[in-house]
Amino acid sequence: MSIDESTAAKVASLARIRVDEADLPALAADFNRILGFIEQLGEVDIEGVEPMVSVTPMRLKRREDVVTDGGMQDKILANAPDAREGFFAVPKVVE
Amino acid sequence: MMSELTKMGLADARDALAKGETTSVELTGAFLEAIEASGALNAYVHKTPDLAMTRAKAADEARARGEAGTLNGLPIGIKDLFCTQGVDSQAGSRILEGFKPEYESTVTSKLWDAGAVMLGKLNMDEFAMGSSNETSVYGPAVNPWKAEGSDAALTPGGSSGGSSAAVAADLCLAATGTDTGGSIRQPAAFTGIVGLKPTYGRCSRWGIVAFASSLDQAGPMTKSVRDAAIMLTAMAGHDPKDSTSADLAVPDFEAMLTGDIKGQTIGIPREYHMDGMPEEIEVLWSRGKEMLQDAGAKIVDISLPHTKYALPTYYVIAPAEASSNLARYDGVRYGRRAKLGQGDSITDMYDKTRAEGFGAEVQRRVMIGTYVLSAGFYDAYYNRARRVRTLIKKDFEDAFAAGVDAILTPATPSSAFGIGEMASADPVQMYLNDVFTVTVNLAGLPGIAVPTGLDSRGLPMGLQLIGRPWEEGALLNTAYALENAAGFVAKPSKWW
Repeated sequence: MSIDESTAAKVASLARIRVDEADLPALAADFNRILGFIEQLGEVDIEGVEPMVSVTPMRLKRREDVVTDGGMQDKILANAPDAREGFFAVPKVVE
Repeated sequence: MMSELTKMGLADARDALAKGETTSVELTGAFLEAIEASGALNAYVHKTPDLAMTRAKAADEARARGEAGTLNGLPIGIKDLFCTQGVDSQAGSRILEGFKPEYESTVTSKLWDAGAVMLGKLNMDEFAMGSSNETSVYGPAVNPWKAEGSDAALTPGGSSGGSSAAVAADLCLAATGTDTGGSIRQPAAFTGIVGLKPTYGRCSRWGIVAFASSLDQAGPMTKSVRDAAIMLTAMAGHDPKDSTSADLAVPDFEAMLTGDIKGQTIGIPREYHMDGMPEEIEVLWSRGKEMLQDAGAKIVDISLPHTKYALPTYYVIAPAEASSNLARYDGVRYGRRAKLGQGDSITDMYDKTRAEGFGAEVQRRVMIGTYVLSAGFYDAYYNRARRVRTLIKKDFEDAFAAGVDAILTPATPSSAFGIGEMASADPVQMYLNDVFTVTVNLAGLPGIAVPTGLDSRGLPMGLQLIGRPWEEGALLNTAYALENAAGFVAKPSKWW
């Protein structure tokens, strides 16, 4: 499986990372080296092997479905690059 | 006197404080002075001297009231990956510039509850992705060790490179690290210190910036095995805020250090003999075997047949999880937002923020993760890797079922290399640093790097011991026996 520049551009866009057109060939080459390395996994016989879900066999704990925390709007907004009137502010989303 | 104080480890300092030979204020002052003079190592990236002195005074007062915790008054350093309330926590990334958490990670809370004093935040590879600390937005931390007859700056390893440099250079009594593929053990081996990655689930991940959640685990980086036992006892324990944290009692790990390993069976995995591995590492490994044998252990050859596939498995699973975890850095809720042009859309904001905020290696891994999880490739890459991971774990289970108590391997395929030396190598070359450590993360096991000798250039080399799940006590005891037999006491000569 070889990655061309248009696939690299598509992946970058899915990952929401802007990549200059000029950098796409090098990025595609990096992807191909890393994926080439990963291709070895194709040699392994995985017939009948379950995919790992949890490295330690454990049942996730359950808890009461109740509110245990909250009421800290100031703290939650404290690190926002742009917060106004109790909200996170972002560029216009709807025309 | 000052420099004598900083040479101590956790246990020595604890005992000195208990006997009244020094105070936390005096000890903390000595470390702050050493840190001020250590700029060339670039180990501390956010210093907290005022906070340190406040806590040191409080620790001395608590002791006077007879309320000293197990780490009362002991100054330590914290990897920048841990969220510390009101103190910059950047994970070595530009995208978290200015981020001051409103909360404290569970592990650091436990350390402060035990009385420890924070000296500051330590350098690391960006989002813990790297093996040389060179992906850090702060620039690389520098190894206090230098090769004989050379002035070249060496890497302290990564990702916990600031932690390893600080412990080796006596800039703290001990430090926290985190380990996703070897990020505690490789830097420990490169700097001649002890680094322990506990069993997955032993320490809470809550409040630690996430890289690959099924692999990440925090652990101690210390000057001795005893210190690692003391610090792990304080860091470990169940936390309802981390659903994968184990609801198991935490023993007093220090009390389990007897040094007696008679009758223990130590496995030597044949697949860890790598082509092109330096002769010195092979010799060190054989000597380690002899040391454990002389201490009364039985040595057996074992096979871990899927070892070869561990790194490629890791480079599917870790980027996949990272691409998901790092989706939260969108320039909205915290950290840095790119400067936007007139009419830029919200998507432009995401794309620009992440392009400016993430370094090259982080971008590469996020995109690889995006690719292996994308429609059409999910089964071929991600699900296949999860199946191989099951087989890698089974290799270890089979060895333990056959009666092996611990496994001895080299910690790294070389000693510390030069900063910039790998700059032109392709990314896969750098990934090979983790070849002996990454299996342990994939299988969720505890592993410890113990300094065992110096190579012909005078640089430290370490061996790794791998234990059964939840048996850190037995693992630490075997490491203690190895440490006693190796008698590693070398320290870097001060040039910084």
